[in-house]
Amino acid sequence: MNRAAVAWLFLTPALLVLGVFFLLPVLAGLGLSLTDYDIYALANLHNLRFVGLANYWELLHRPLFWAALGHTLYFVLVGVPLSMAASLGTALLLNSQAAKLKPLFRTALFAPVVTTVVAVAVIWRYLFNTQFGVVNFVLAHLGIGPIDWLGDPHWAMPMIILFAVWKNFGYNMIILLAGLQAIPADLYEAARIDGASPWRQFRHITLPALGPILLMVGILTVSGYFQLFAEPYVITEGGPLQSTVSVLYLMYNEGFKWWNMGTASAVAFLLFVIMFAATALMWRFGGGREEPA
Amino acid sequence: MNPRRNVWLVNIALALCAALVLFPLFWMLSVSFMQPGEANNLPPPMLPLHPTLHNYRELFAHAGMGRYFANSLIVSSAITLLSLACNTLAGYAFAKLHFAGREKLFGTLIGALVIPAQVAMLPLFLLLKYVGLVNSFAAVILPAMASVFGIFLVRQYARSLPGELLEAARVDGAGEWRIFLQVVLPLLKPILVTLAVFTFLTAWNDFMWPLIALTGQDHYTLPVGLASLSREHVQDSGLMMAGAVVTVIPVLVLFLALQRYYLRGLLLGSVKG
Repeated sequence: MNRAAVAWLFLTPALLVLGVFFLLPVLAGLGLSLTDYDIYALANLHNLRFVGLANYWELLHRPLFWAALGHTLYFVLVGVPLSMAASLGTALLLNSQAAKLKPLFRTALFAPVVTTVVAVAVIWRYLFNTQFGVVNFVLAHLGIGPIDWLGDPHWAMPMIILFAVWKNFGYNMIILLAGLQAIPADLYEAARIDGASPWRQFRHITLPALGPILLMVGILTVSGYFQLFAEPYVITEGGPLQSTVSVLYLMYNEGFKWWNMGTASAVAFLLFVIMFAATALMWRFGGGREEPA
Repeated sequence: MNPRRNVWLVNIALALCAALVLFPLFWMLSVSFMQPGEANNLPPPMLPLHPTLHNYRELFAHAGMGRYFANSLIVSSAITLLSLACNTLAGYAFAKLHFAGREKLFGTLIGALVIPAQVAMLPLFLLLKYVGLVNSFAAVILPAMASVFGIFLVRQYARSLPGELLEAARVDGAGEWRIFLQVVLPLLKPILVTLAVFTFLTAWNDFMWPLIALTGQDHYTLPVGLASLSREHVQDSGLMMAGAVVTVIPVLVLFLALQRYYLRGLLLGSVKG
């Protein structure tokens, strides 16, 4: 058999799956977002009408969409820097020559990454229980009065951010650790001989060397954090007072609770556009050189 | 800085971080063995007074946890096997077989990574509904049978296979299928283990799509079942912690056993930023 024909034969199963179950739905989703597909259309396709950009127009005039976007941006803008700081801090500790038992600590710090979001979110809800949660118990000993983590709209999102940092920082820690290990030791040696302080070594050797990795990891984390859904679904159910409704939570409710599939598709595409713009901006201003992959 | 003090500082900081990170998991385990109501005491008890398996018995006898567990196992295993087959074939083709438009097609796949999966979820649900597959394992398995990440991982690894080896096999008259099965597959074994662990963990932990596609309790996977249980039994902390243990322990054990492979996949998957 011809070599190219074999190649296409090998590619067919994967391309078929990706085409039918991803590419096709994405294109169909764009079409769907231009219709008024709702529960009546679900029952009978004759009820389907083309509405142009009306779904988008209506969403951009809906306070709940802006609120959901605001909550998601809050989560991204606070959560990503905290996550990155935790990842970098622990990676620096693990990379330090003074650190003992490195494999053990590395495994311990990484463990939350492989756990199931839903299961650990259930734990979190218990840890932060207002009455008998450990967190409030410890805070009470520090003289900080009981915080209604799950019931106070000001505290629900910070709690979810803490959860996300705990759950995710290990992933980037491993990547940054590999980056740190790749920095030639003689650079630090030379800096020490020149009398550079540890802070200056960090500032002028470590950070510039890690720059490209930090940018890549940052972009991946931002796009991951924009997809906030399971955490509020399990921990707060979007509450209190809808203060933890994220964009995807809104999409889920619109699409699978109220069956407004047209509007839900428009929400999904708006999120896509916003994510794309945010990561492209980071790439542009982060000094990325090649094409983003 | 004094080097000995430095050693102390670094290691104490690491130990504190590790303790803080592991505490929720430790507490989950501890509370899961407590008697009903014991977990709702003040101050919060650290260890069960009289350890009991009551919560686990309750979960499997009355809350359908055995069913969810079996479902998760079936779905995750099927996804792992099927996607391993599809991704390996495609990854190898992209790395070692020549055809017109190869780099362009691969670039398109990588480019598709910027599209979040949720964009496809609504039409995918309708598609499956019209073919009658909503609320079946197939609804979760089919879309996960191939992934760009998996293809990418296999391709990166397969590129380092010596081309002379494949040419020699061809000169000997071996067909492309035989070369793939007898020469290439054995050499790809390390990356296949990596990809298998990665895929299984991802499938096991997946939540949003199974939540949408599996509408009946009979087909719930563990995360979907646990989320639904947790909405009914908000106050029963012991029961919920036992449910979390049953869900999390299999993946934690798998990770600990095959950590080396998993971390390699993580690093390989991120190099081409």
